[in-house]
Amino acid sequence: MEPFTTLTAVAAPMPMQNIDTDKIIPARFLKTIKRSGLGVHLFDPLRFDKDGKEKPDFILNQEPYRSAQIIIAHENFGCGSSREHAPWALLDFGIRCIIAPGFADIFYNNSFKNGILPIRLPRPVCDQLINDAKLGGNARVTIDLAGQVVIRPNGEEIPFDIDPFRKHSLLNGLDDIGQTLQHGAQIDGFEARRRQSQPWLPTTTAA
Amino acid sequence: MSASRPRTLFDKTWDSHVVEKLPDGTCILYIDRHLLHEVTSPQAFEGLRMAGRKLRRPDLTIAVADHNIPTIGERTATKIKEADSRIQVQTLEKNVVEFAVPYIPILDVRQGIVHIIGPELGLSLPGTTIVCGDSHTSTHGALGALAFGIGTSEVEHVMATQTLLQNPAKNMQIDVSGTLGFGCSAKDIVLAIIGKITTAGGNGHVIEYTGDTIRALDMAGRCTVSNMSIEAGARAGLIAPDQTTFDYIKGREFAPKGEAFEQAVTYWKTLPTDTGAHYDTVVHLTTSEIAPMVTWGTTPGAVVPVTGIVPNPSDEPDEGKRTQLNRMLEYMALAPGQAMQDLPIDVVFIGSCTNGRIEDIRAAATVAKGRKVADGVQALVVPGSGLVKRQAEEEGLDRILLEAGFEWRDPCCSMCLGMNPDKLTPGQRCASTSNRNFEGRQGQGGRTHLLSPAMAAAAAVTGHLTDVRQLV
Ligand code: SF4
Repeated sequence: MEPFTTLTAVAAPMPMQNIDTDKIIPARFLKTIKRSGLGVHLFDPLRFDKDGKEKPDFILNQEPYRSAQIIIAHENFGCGSSREHAPWALLDFGIRCIIAPGFADIFYNNSFKNGILPIRLPRPVCDQLINDAKLGGNARVTIDLAGQVVIRPNGEEIPFDIDPFRKHSLLNGLDDIGQTLQHGAQIDGFEARRRQSQPWLPTTTAA
Repeated sequence: MSASRPRTLFDKTWDSHVVEKLPDGTCILYIDRHLLHEVTSPQAFEGLRMAGRKLRRPDLTIAVADHNIPTIGERTATKIKEADSRIQVQTLEKNVVEFAVPYIPILDVRQGIVHIIGPELGLSLPGTTIVCGDSHTSTHGALGALAFGIGTSEVEHVMATQTLLQNPAKNMQIDVSGTLGFGCSAKDIVLAIIGKITTAGGNGHVIEYTGDTIRALDMAGRCTVSNMSIEAGARAGLIAPDQTTFDYIKGREFAPKGEAFEQAVTYWKTLPTDTGAHYDTVVHLTTSEIAPMVTWGTTPGAVVPVTGIVPNPSDEPDEGKRTQLNRMLEYMALAPGQAMQDLPIDVVFIGSCTNGRIEDIRAAATVAKGRKVADGVQALVVPGSGLVKRQAEEEGLDRILLEAGFEWRDPCCSMCLGMNPDKLTPGQRCASTSNRNFEGRQGQGGRTHLLSPAMAAAAAVTGHLTDVRQLV
C-alpha cells in the first residue's frame, strides 16, 4: 500500500448526501477479479449518460476537477454495499482523500486499507471547503496527515481526528495482515482455549 | 474485566472474541465463521497467493456462488453466458480447490444466497462472530451472532489470520413493542425503523432489536429485520437468542448434536443482555407506527405507509436534503403529493436475502392464490436457496404461483442487484422485496419500490402498488 504523508491537490466539490456505493461503482462493474482498472467507471451513473457520453455538468467531467485527488461531500458518504471496488475505483481515478461530515462504517474502513484517507469534519467546515473548492485550480487544498490538519487555500489550518493505529499504518503504508501475523502465538493460544471452553463449535468440514 | 458490570449481548460476544487488545485500543477479534462468495473473494485469494500466505482455517470457512448464477437454464459455471460472470464463478471454484475451502456446488440442493444458507445449515450460531465480504452479513445477527460485512482487504485478513482488527462499536437498542397490525410483517417493521432513524442513524453502532414485537417474530422475520440493519447504517444487528432460536437451530446440518447441543444451549442462555446494561443510543417504536410500508425514493429511508403520498421537497428546509429529494423524485419519475397506491408496476421481484425464505414465499402465495398477475406485469419468485425451493415445491406453493402467472426460478441473488441476466430495463418500475432501492441497483435506470412479500404479490395481481390489507 502506498504511504500517505501530505497531499496538495485540486478538490472536487460534491455537495450531496448519501453518495452510495452503487453510485460510486455500479454492480455491473463488479464482475472483475482484479483490483485495478475501475477508475474509468467511477461514479458511472453521475458521470456518463446512457450512451456512455460524459455529462458535462458533472464535476469530474470539468477542468480542473478531472485531476482532483480530493473529494468534499456531504453526510453518509459511501453508504450501501461492502464492495471494496468503491475505494479501488476512487484510487484508480486518483482520489486519495475524501472529506465529509460522516461516512458509512464499512466504506470508512475500506478506504484506509487502500491508502485513501477519509476525514470527518463538521458540516459547516465541509461547506466552507466546498466553497473553496469551487474556486477551481488555484484553490488547492493540502492535507498534512502527520500534523492532522487540512490547510485551506488561504492558509487556515483545520485540525482533524484520526485513530492513531490507522494513522501509523497510513503514514508508513503498512499492511494490516503483516502486523497481525506478528501476534500469531496469541491467536494460537486463543484457539486452544476455545477448543476447551466451547468444544461444540462446529467446523465446516465435518457436518 | 469485572464480572459484575452488566453487559449487552454485543459486549459479551465482543469480549469473548478479543484475542488481544493493542495499546491504542484496537482489538484483534477472533472470527468463528467466514463465508465467501464469488464477487468479493477473488482479489483476496489473489492477495494471499501473491504474498505466499496460507488460508489459516479452511475448516471455519465455507464458500458458495450466489450473485452471478442464472435463475433459469443450465446452472453450471461453464454454462454461464456472460463471460465476466462465468470467470468470477470459475475463479471461485478454482480458488476453493487450491486453498482447500469447503464449497457448496451450484447444483447442490443446499446452494443459495449466502445469508439464507448460513442459518439454514446451522452454520450461524448464537454468540459467534461471523463475517463475509458482503454488507448483508448483518442477517445472521438474527440468531444472536455478531455478524457483519467486511471489505475484500479484510476478507484477505481473515483468510490469513482468522481475525480482524476492529474497534468496538457503540450499542444501540431498538425496542419495538405491541402486536403487529393486520397485513404487516417483519419487512414493514424494519422499513419503519429505517424511516424513523434514517439510513445514517446506526452509523458507528451495533443494533440490538428488543421488545415483544421482535420476540414474537419467527426466525425468518428476525432475519429480515437484522438483514436491513446495514440500511440503517449499522454494521450489525442482533437479536438475543431464545427458545425460538434454539428450536430453529436444533437438527440443522452443521449444528451441534445431542449432548453438544445441550452444552451449547446452556452457554447461549448466558448471552442475552444483562438488566441494567448500558446502550449508547435507545430508540422506541410501537406497532402503531408500523403499517404496510413502501419506499418511494432511492434510499431505504425514503419510505411511507402504502396509504401515503409522495412527499413534497419544498417542505424540506435544508438545501442539500432538498436537492437530494428532488433528484430522487426525478429519478423515480414521481410528483409531490402523488398517492403511492396509484403507481403502476412493470415488474415484481420476490426473493433476496431479505425475503427469500419459505415463510416469505408462503406469504406471497397466500395473496396470489386464485388470482392472476395483472396484464403487462412480469412477476419473478426466486427462492433464496435450493432447500427453500424444494420445501416450497413440497408444499405446492410453486403451483399456486405458476397458476397465478408468476415465474418460478432457481435460487440466486437475481434481481436484487442484477449481476445475472435478471435486471430491470431503463424506466421500469419494480415492486421488490429486496433491500436496496439505490439508483440503478436492479438494473440501469430501473425504479425500485421496496416492500414486503405479501405487498409485492398484491402489486403483482393488481398491477399497481396496493394495500395488501384490501386483498386478504
Ligand atoms: S440477495 Fe442482494 S443483498 Fe443479499 S447478498 Fe445477494 S445481492 Fe446482496
